[in-house]
Amino acid sequence: MELTRRAALALGAAAAAAAILPFRPAHAAVEDKIAAFTGGAPVGEGGITLTTPEIAENGNTVPVSVSAPGAVSIMLLAAGNPNPDVGIFNFGPLAASQSASTRIRLAGTQDVIAIAKMADGSFVQARNEVKVTIGGCGG
Amino acid sequence: MADVKPRVRVPDSASAGEAIVIKTLINHAMESGQRKDSSGNPIPRQIINRFVVDFNGENVIDVNIEPAVSTNPYFEFEATVPESGTFTFTWYDDDGSVYETTADITVS
Repeated sequence: MELTRRAALALGAAAAAAAILPFRPAHAAVEDKIAAFTGGAPVGEGGITLTTPEIAENGNTVPVSVSAPGAVSIMLLAAGNPNPDVGIFNFGPLAASQSASTRIRLAGTQDVIAIAKMADGSFVQARNEVKVTIGGCGG
Repeated sequence: MADVKPRVRVPDSASAGEAIVIKTLINHAMESGQRKDSSGNPIPRQIINRFVVDFNGENVIDVNIEPAVSTNPYFEFEATVPESGTFTFTWYDDDGSVYETTADITVS
């Protein structure tokens, strides 16, 4: 096949698209998880505090705590993990505050996202970047 | 998992309506399903997928856990105690095992 200027351009565009595509599924998974939790409702800011270390030396146990006064449940996501789910905290009538702390695994430097569902049905989110020195997902 | 040992820290006493801090830890490998063994075969996922705390039958917190929670899952949260009673902590394993422990508190 003779490579014309037009064919070369088309090939270049296809290669560029192919290079961009692989990043999309991971990102789309996070968007899907958020949509599944919120049911497509708009997500605001404020009213939720996510505490994470700025730098985590060991991605196997990264302490995180989240607090959202008035929340019914809080979902945690790690945007850069193979499976972005971390967990969902559902608060019962005897929870003194809508806050919880745990330790999570992070595969690498990435954003940790917390989304709270408030008692009135609205949603707020907080997002922190955590720099990870050694990833925590094996492999 | 034969030797799973849940540990909880609950104050012995509190005043009515006070917010108390509860810390829990359970030893569990939380095998994520992402790792491979030395011959390259994936190690099947086995995690604790749910953790529930009740006080005298009323719910305090109910957590859905995914593989991203670390080995030996640790949780810290706050509860209010209206009267003396018993906290029930329950962990649900992927293999169907249920680990349970209780803690009493006296309200003065």
